[in-house]
Amino acid sequence: MTFLPAVFLQSASARLLSLSTVDLIVVVLYFAAVIGIGFYLKRFTKTGEDFFLAGREMTAWVAGLSFLAANLGSLELMGWAGAAYQYGILAAHWYWVGAIPAMLFLALVMMPFYYISKTHSVPGYLKLRYGEPARALAAVSFGFMTVLMSGINMYSMALVLKTMLGWDIHFSIWVSSLVVALYVVLGGLLSAIFNEVLQFVLIWLGALLISIIGLIEVGGWNGLVARIHQNWPNGDYTHLWRTMGHFQDNPMGIHWIGIVFGLGVAISFGYWTTDFLVVQRVIAAKDLRSAQLAPIIGSAFKMCVPFIVILPGLLGLGVLPFHLVGENEVHAGLHSYNEVLPLMLARYCGPGLLGLGITALIAGFMSGMAGNVSAFATVWTYDIYRATFRKQATDAHYVSVGRWCTILGVLVSIGTAYLVMQFKSIMDYVQALFSFFIAPLLGTVLLGMLWKRTSPKAGFWGLLCGTVSSIGMWGWVKHDPSALRYVALSPYAKDMAENMFRALWSLIICVVVTVVVSLLTEPKPEAELKGLVYGCTELPSEANLPLWKRPIFWAGVVAVVFVILQIIFW
Amino acid sequence: MHRSEMISIWFFIGVLLLVYGLLITGAGLYQLFDPPAHPVVLFNLHAGIWWGALLIVLGVIYVVKFAPRKKDTNR
Repeated sequence: MTFLPAVFLQSASARLLSLSTVDLIVVVLYFAAVIGIGFYLKRFTKTGEDFFLAGREMTAWVAGLSFLAANLGSLELMGWAGAAYQYGILAAHWYWVGAIPAMLFLALVMMPFYYISKTHSVPGYLKLRYGEPARALAAVSFGFMTVLMSGINMYSMALVLKTMLGWDIHFSIWVSSLVVALYVVLGGLLSAIFNEVLQFVLIWLGALLISIIGLIEVGGWNGLVARIHQNWPNGDYTHLWRTMGHFQDNPMGIHWIGIVFGLGVAISFGYWTTDFLVVQRVIAAKDLRSAQLAPIIGSAFKMCVPFIVILPGLLGLGVLPFHLVGENEVHAGLHSYNEVLPLMLARYCGPGLLGLGITALIAGFMSGMAGNVSAFATVWTYDIYRATFRKQATDAHYVSVGRWCTILGVLVSIGTAYLVMQFKSIMDYVQALFSFFIAPLLGTVLLGMLWKRTSPKAGFWGLLCGTVSSIGMWGWVKHDPSALRYVALSPYAKDMAENMFRALWSLIICVVVTVVVSLLTEPKPEAELKGLVYGCTELPSEANLPLWKRPIFWAGVVAVVFVILQIIFW
Repeated sequence: MHRSEMISIWFFIGVLLLVYGLLITGAGLYQLFDPPAHPVVLFNLHAGIWWGALLIVLGVIYVVKFAPRKKDTNR
């Protein structure tokens, strides 16, 4: 066996890592495995229910891991590791307060309505609850933004592979996206979910070693804290809440109100409970109990993700012999915050392990992209094509349309990636656009599920006003940056605070408009709300189940661990 | 129902982990006897060997437990 030279570091302009033969074999085997699984599952994907909802036969574990993997994109891994280097343990808020309460809420409160209504999508639920206009608004915005975001992620990943490994950017874009297209076209959501479970396992096994060896190097958590204090005496990088009292006391420039209500309520609940990309995975579960347990299982693992994402960033603060800088300050000899994960990979992982780490990043990218295109295919086929063009067609016809939509989605994503390559400012606009819909959609769905008085017109107008107000606030701050003091309630607020407070305001506006319009317009008859709204829906009893089999028991366990983590790292 | 004939995803995962484990352990053993000129930090731990061994153990467990010959209800 001959190895190429082991891992080495070069200047920022050259590649960061060099793969040996065994590393390349590991990566190639991964591609072969996901394509092989796609071909294998094609024979089981015959009906629309199979293609779009994986036959609604997933176990709680498979649905739960897939639910989380669809969110664990490689950019998420690298981006939040970089954020941990930049902001310290504050970045863990996005995994804890910014995810766990929302995931548990989805499981216990919202999942019964998604599942019992037998909807195939979140826009589909809006159709049942509010009618066609609300569905159309949500479906078009979701479908459009999903493929654009997928393209941006694709471009960013190709850029990462170019920087890390020197791979050609066009090669990375086409090979990885065509592989995703192939296995999703072949097996639909079934294939996407199965591969996401595989990808989830690889992400953990590929990234976990960095944290384990890193902690050995620094002498455990206390040793890491001591090293960070020694290297960065002027900052507090190891406390979650202690610096949240004032905007100017922490590197994020944010206040605890923004974190708790903006991130923890508006953004987090909006994303985890109404973004169809993740919700689709749990409504594919085999029964209601599995559908409720799936987000709880996902939340338990989500709580552990900082161990493979945030900890490497903190270890970078403690052990790297040089300081990383922002993307705009990178020049020869310097590395950006976002490179902390590959730098740590290079520090600890020899041949084979490096290939596994790179495979973890590629798997993260592919699971995120497969999530996007499978959700896109479902929403466009059921909520746009069937609702607008062909209301009465055969099931086989819709499966065929779903397959073509998958290819179309990938091609649009590739087109977006090339567009971003030419005009990089598009990336900021599209990411902002995506965030416009998340928080107001939460208000619309939640009021629809919990308040039977909410009227169809209110659903549409609340969603529209919330979205437009979010766009308005974003445009205001873009035009006049000093307006941030009004949106985020402080002259010391920074960009991160703007996102949190904008989401919070748009949610409030959506709720207020929905309530006011509901009180002025006719509600739906109660008979039509059966299976859709609390108080009009008979929820199955769990009285016959032992305590340890009930979703609420496990949600309680996760909630207790969540609180303990907040106290430990306070 | 065709679902009962489907091979568990955990079997595929087991096979891949087993192959990865063999490759990574092999690479680790090779480096044990022929150390690289520029070793990684904490090379003396030989992480490749024990991490590869862990993958082999996990792979074997999943392959045996979810082998296609068994009737599968846990996808």
